Amino acid sequence: MIDKYERNVIIVALLLSALFIFSLFYAMGARKADVTECLPYDKSYETARVNQIDKSTYQIFYVARMWSFEPAITYIPVGSEVDLFLTSQDVVHGFDIYNKNVNLMGVPGGVSKTTVRFDQPGVYKVVCHEFCGTGHQNMQAEIIVNYPKK
Amino acid sequence: MNVSRYLKNIILIELFVPVLLLTIGIYHGLMQVIYRAGVIHQASVAKLDYYQGLTLHGVINAIVLTTFFAVAFGHATIAFFLKREPGRKASLLSLLLMVTGTLMAAAAMLSGKASVLYTFYPPLKAHPAFYIGTAMLIVGSWVAYWDWSVIYVRWKREHKEENTPLAVIGTLVNFTIWFVCTLAVAYEVLVLLVPWSLGWTTGINVMLARTLFWFFGHALVYFWLLPAYIMFYTMLPKLAGGKLYSGTAGRIAFFLFLLFSIPIGVHHQFGEPSIGRGVKLTQSLLTFAVAIPSFITAFTIAASLEHAAWLRGGRGLYSWIWKLPFFRKDVFLFGYLINGLILFIFGGLTGLVNASYSLNNTVHNTSFIPGHFHLTVAGPVFLAILGMSIFLVSQLTGKKIYLPAINTIIPYLWTVGVLIFSTGLMWGGLMGEPRRTNMGLTYLNPASELYHSYWVISSMLGLAGGGIMFAAGFLYFIVFFGTFLRKRSAAPMIDFPVSESLHEEKRIPLFDTFRPWLVVMGFIIFMAYLPAISDALNNTGKKAPPYLPTDPTPIVTKKP
Repeated sequence: MIDKYERNVIIVALLLSALFIFSLFYAMGARKADVTECLPYDKSYETARVNQIDKSTYQIFYVARMWSFEPAITYIPVGSEVDLFLTSQDVVHGFDIYNKNVNLMGVPGGVSKTTVRFDQPGVYKVVCHEFCGTGHQNMQAEIIVNYPKK
Repeated sequence: MNVSRYLKNIILIELFVPVLLLTIGIYHGLMQVIYRAGVIHQASVAKLDYYQGLTLHGVINAIVLTTFFAVAFGHATIAFFLKREPGRKASLLSLLLMVTGTLMAAAAMLSGKASVLYTFYPPLKAHPAFYIGTAMLIVGSWVAYWDWSVIYVRWKREHKEENTPLAVIGTLVNFTIWFVCTLAVAYEVLVLLVPWSLGWTTGINVMLARTLFWFFGHALVYFWLLPAYIMFYTMLPKLAGGKLYSGTAGRIAFFLFLLFSIPIGVHHQFGEPSIGRGVKLTQSLLTFAVAIPSFITAFTIAASLEHAAWLRGGRGLYSWIWKLPFFRKDVFLFGYLINGLILFIFGGLTGLVNASYSLNNTVHNTSFIPGHFHLTVAGPVFLAILGMSIFLVSQLTGKKIYLPAINTIIPYLWTVGVLIFSTGLMWGGLMGEPRRTNMGLTYLNPASELYHSYWVISSMLGLAGGGIMFAAGFLYFIVFFGTFLRKRSAAPMIDFPVSESLHEEKRIPLFDTFRPWLVVMGFIIFMAYLPAISDALNNTGKKAPPYLPTDPTPIVTKKP
């Protein structure tokens, strides 16, 4: 019923998809790469703040609004593990840390969470990447990791 | 075959209106790359704001053009393959709804009251005419679909043992996907957004609105793509001078699209709150299922082309390729379709990158995304629309194509442009360059303290490619409108090139009926989307009031 070449190509396509799916699970398991975690909303997330849990563990609660992030500048020591929380007070915003694979959406009424480690010193730029009105292109923040030494 | 004057005019209007608007859409495409590359550091040009232009570019190119074309091409396909013309009242009603809706939405966008981009994410609020107009455009396309379904059912009753033509299966599969997915966006628009934008309701559940939008938003891309697939299967082998390697493969591909096009929309929402990781992972995996029909198509079409080239005397592992009719004026459609296929290789593979769960963190909402989808919607989809619109206009008016040599070059020029453009955008995206951002004002303005020097080269590549794309688009307008203005030299007709099957095709009843597929489709959608919708409802804490894009304070509705 089905042509020999055609059958082979379907098998190859299935194997290729299996390879992609394996890589996806490998990244999740061995490299701990995951997408935004979902938390139930709570009013307290609308207060921007930085918490130090212990010597190298921090929590940053970001609040996005038209057209800035709060806290706009955060100082973190090298080697810290940081839990990032993000919500929005008005419209939908984006949150992308260049070179860190952190990519969150800030949605009013929702809380996005991810965890990231900063092993290299430097200035990490955060860019809003979701259209949020006429001031969208001005919306930026910085995470400064031991640079310059504080 | 001959067509009635009535149907001819309906189809011609449905091609003429969107192509006329496309001039605005393509102008704003060019403007995007100019702003983004930092050539100008302005918020607006000629009183049209960057984000207003981006809204026009997205809505006209991706919604208006594609929907009008799918309906026009559907009319032609149903009439040609089933030898029955669509009903007069239904096609007129469909046309009127689509044109009126489009004019309403266009007026709202051009007056600057709907600069909310084509995804119209609340709580940014547009003028109600924008929402209602878009809904009317969609409902208009439903009317055509219902009419074709009745024609098909009647035809099938009389031809029980005959295999339904592949193009008809493709058209009906496409519009079934479209009908089901647009139900969600119709609910979003009519029940959530319109009363909210009129001030009747005060708040909106943003996550619910977004989830409903993406229920529609990814199936939408298959609605764009399937008319091109119909051409690849039923016309391209014939244009190349050969036969279709396997019609059954085409049927399998179309029915797989029916099953998997919709329950994957959450892969656009990996970065969002409220929706659980389990739902995100499930829909990421389902996205790989929808890649299978494209792999099948890639093989079947490549095999058909190789067969055609061998008939023309081509030999060797790869050298047969040069025997294909790349620049022949009489089969100019071949050039449009083959270039689309070449772009789609890259478009498909970058799409798998986007769908790959945590890998999406690297690219989500960066310019990698427009880099990817210009290889798909501005690749096979757009080129098939350009080629087929010229083909249909020439046949239906009985006029010869204006500047036929230029017409054969357009798709190649376009392809070179898109490849450069997308390389620039995707490279920039991997360096964190955001999409949908007037970068000329800040990130690519050396006078701004937000200046990012490492996005200069990538956005310049975008500019170079975008310029070439604009030139190709301009040539297309000359050929399209030039053909309209010529003198009639033949009787109006529709005569599609029809690919025969290489092997004898037996009718397999499972691939010639919709019922079992529709049941499975409904089941998968239900299983995939019930948890997504329930997450969006349960985890979202508050409703949002409307905002204008220009003002950080919400619009307060007056208490009566």
